[in-house]
Amino acid sequence: MTQAETLPIAAPREARPLWPRLAIGALAALVLLPLGVIFASFTDPQGAVWAHFGEFVLPRLLLNTLWLLLGVGLGTALLGVSLAWLTAACEFPGRRWLTWGLLLPLAVPGYVLGFVMIGLLDFTGPLQTTLRDLFGTAPEIPIRSRGGVIAVMALTLYPYVYLVARNAFQTQGRRALEAAQTLGFSRARGFFRVALPMARPWIAGGLALVLMETLADFGTVAVFNYDTFTTAIYRAWFGMFNLSAASQLASLLVVLVFSALALEQRSRRGQRFTPGGRADQGERIALGPVARWLATLWCGLVFAVAVAVPLAQLLAWAWQSRGDLDIRYLGFLHHSLILAGSGAVGVVMLGLLLAYSLRARPGRLASIAGRFSTLGYALPGTVLAVGFYLPMSAIDNGWIALGSRLGQTWEPLLGGTLVAMLLAYGVRFLAVGFHPIEAALHRVTTSMDEAARNLGSSGRDLLTRVHLPLLRGGIATAAVLVFVDIMKEMPITLMTRPFGWDTLAVRIFEMTSEGEWQRAALPAITLVVAGLIPVLLFMRGGEMERRDAA
Amino acid sequence: MQLELSNIAVGFGQSLVIDDLTLALEPGEIGCLLGASGCGKTTALRAIAGFEPLARGQIVVGDRQLSRRGWTLPPQERRVGMVFQDYALFPHLSAAENIAFGLRGLGAARRRHRVAEMLDLVGLDTLAHHYPHQLSGGQQQRVAVARALAPDPALLLMDEPFSNLDVELRERLSLEVRDILKAAGTTALIVTHDQHEAFALADRVGLMHSGRIEQWDSPYNLYHRPVSRRVARFIGQGVLLPGVVQDNHHIRITLGCLPPVSPLPVGTRVDVLLRPDDIVHDDGSPLKAAVRAKTFRGASILYTLELPCGARLLALVPSHHNHAIGEAIGIHLEAKHVIAFPSDS
Repeated sequence: MTQAETLPIAAPREARPLWPRLAIGALAALVLLPLGVIFASFTDPQGAVWAHFGEFVLPRLLLNTLWLLLGVGLGTALLGVSLAWLTAACEFPGRRWLTWGLLLPLAVPGYVLGFVMIGLLDFTGPLQTTLRDLFGTAPEIPIRSRGGVIAVMALTLYPYVYLVARNAFQTQGRRALEAAQTLGFSRARGFFRVALPMARPWIAGGLALVLMETLADFGTVAVFNYDTFTTAIYRAWFGMFNLSAASQLASLLVVLVFSALALEQRSRRGQRFTPGGRADQGERIALGPVARWLATLWCGLVFAVAVAVPLAQLLAWAWQSRGDLDIRYLGFLHHSLILAGSGAVGVVMLGLLLAYSLRARPGRLASIAGRFSTLGYALPGTVLAVGFYLPMSAIDNGWIALGSRLGQTWEPLLGGTLVAMLLAYGVRFLAVGFHPIEAALHRVTTSMDEAARNLGSSGRDLLTRVHLPLLRGGIATAAVLVFVDIMKEMPITLMTRPFGWDTLAVRIFEMTSEGEWQRAALPAITLVVAGLIPVLLFMRGGEMERRDAA
Repeated sequence: MQLELSNIAVGFGQSLVIDDLTLALEPGEIGCLLGASGCGKTTALRAIAGFEPLARGQIVVGDRQLSRRGWTLPPQERRVGMVFQDYALFPHLSAAENIAFGLRGLGAARRRHRVAEMLDLVGLDTLAHHYPHQLSGGQQQRVAVARALAPDPALLLMDEPFSNLDVELRERLSLEVRDILKAAGTTALIVTHDQHEAFALADRVGLMHSGRIEQWDSPYNLYHRPVSRRVARFIGQGVLLPGVVQDNHHIRITLGCLPPVSPLPVGTRVDVLLRPDDIVHDDGSPLKAAVRAKTFRGASILYTLELPCGARLLALVPSHHNHAIGEAIGIHLEAKHVIAFPSDS
């Protein structure tokens, strides 16, 4: 072979590509945009309104929010840690079954449990009616109260603490607990002196997530008419059409959220595993004859209140209002599916972009920017709705104004608020979609890329034969998780949906606002069923992990 | 020549990882780059595979120029196979599918045939449908070798092929790999930091230091005829003893007189390399040395001896000559060829 034949068209040496930096920068900017917009609202002080807010509204909002954080924090800690310890370290009847059953509240949105509880326990609800029929009188249950919201939110959010605490109890501290026993500590004292302190960083991490969810929650507090920042933002928006008041409230909420986020980040530093034997193999604490049934009772009670009873009530109501299963219901479902589907596709693309960018250009700055761009999971939907609506509608209005100046009638360039809604979804759920994709991409090592190129495979061929098969699972997981999250999402959809685009969640909001619990049941069941998918996926993943370890 | 690196340099500006490296392999030869970590040996391999561009020089495999300054044929067009340190097997493909990965151009029947041939070559016929995670480390490595050999590359590169395996397996597999490569008639270049591995595998070994090859030679010559102090120190054990070149070109050292070496000016001060097997234990010898340390090695004992003048020596002595530390034992010199380096070099 001659020299000339072996020299193809000059292939320039691969330059360090610029696109990963641009992509990461753009994604980080996407998070910064809504934050910048809401904080910029302080440059437009609405003197009178703000004075009214400061004097009458703000103290109440702060007090309500603090009570809620305190109550939900305590409640989830109590529920999560006690259930985690019982199922991780003790043996009692029904433990195996309840271990998974206690995860199911993850599938029940807080606003669903909220309206079921109100409908169930209210004066006109089935419980009180039955009691009155039987005894002529019934004690009033103050469900529409601060305690009621706290109880409902604790029952829906405790799995965050339960999961991490259980994991910590299982994977570490086993040996340490045994060591404590040889040093003369009883099992019970060992729990408080050894196991609990060792699991503290994880529990704190779970609690921080709970607090962030509490701050972000809109649906549940709306059902209870319990005023917090999220509902105040919504009312400033739709009740008063005061966009800058809404933005200002949103920026205060963001400050609170970042405090919880700081707690979460700090707790991560303490999370170090010490290998300490596996609890599954280890001997569980054999509870006494009474204690074991008490354990069953406690776990069963939580399961019943958080999952079984509300589901039964929902089914009963859905049956009563089965006439609602009509063309309109299909319309809501259709809208939900389309929004969740396009949102999932969009988020998966952004997740792939971010994961590949970080892979192509690793480094300290990139990883900081990458973490920043997944920060959106901490931002409440109401904040994102306001933060994206304002700039998008400004662009649309500018466009329409330009059109009318030219004597034309132009349609809104960004489709009304559709773009704002999709961007808000993207920012809110990027972390959810990014992590499974990143984990999957992590399995494709750079030496695998090089091995493939070495064997004559590159470009598209490399992507379809090596990357895609290895990423498929991660992409599917990401898509399902985001899909379900968007179906359950309420505030962004409610505040930025295009006209006429009512989804299942919006339908629930409207029906519960009017106290029509029965008619909210059918869409609620649909959401719970959709919500079961990721929980089941998660359980299967957990089982697979155990099989791998065995 | 099957592989020729001519004065290659890799890196940017002042920070060259490889500077002026030259080596050549005949068809079917196995070469080995040996050196401490950071000496540039892996970079050399990656440059040959086409993952690193050249700053100077050229790389020729067979009669194709693959790289030169400013131009690099992409890895996928080079027909250079590579076995990676972590094997880089594709986890979603079975052993057979991994081996078939690079056989795209072939028809289905020929591909099947080639895969079977390769599985047979590496002795994994029964494990064809196992996935990487179901294979042991040694089996994974053999799949990686088979995968790299399957497209019949003009050259095979292996990066620290045994570093992920435990010590006992290493020795066995390095002989196995040599047999596989010889059976396939493949020209190969292997990178390692373990001289025993290099000696077991290679026909030619290059000792690398800061981006250059100090000596490119047979294992025998590398051990017995090192061209520099650095090679002498890195390869095998031994000590450097001071001496002086005498008028008959013999070298005088404390232990006696050594046969002449390459002509050095009379009176030159030199350091003479003495291997442990150059010192022979001899009870009748008038020359005595005190035992300062000993390492029992089963068949033999490695003694560290101290001469009256204070110089230290290593001596490999049959195991039944068991002497206590502090004891003085008789020795004499039995150096067939003398390696001497001028003292000021």
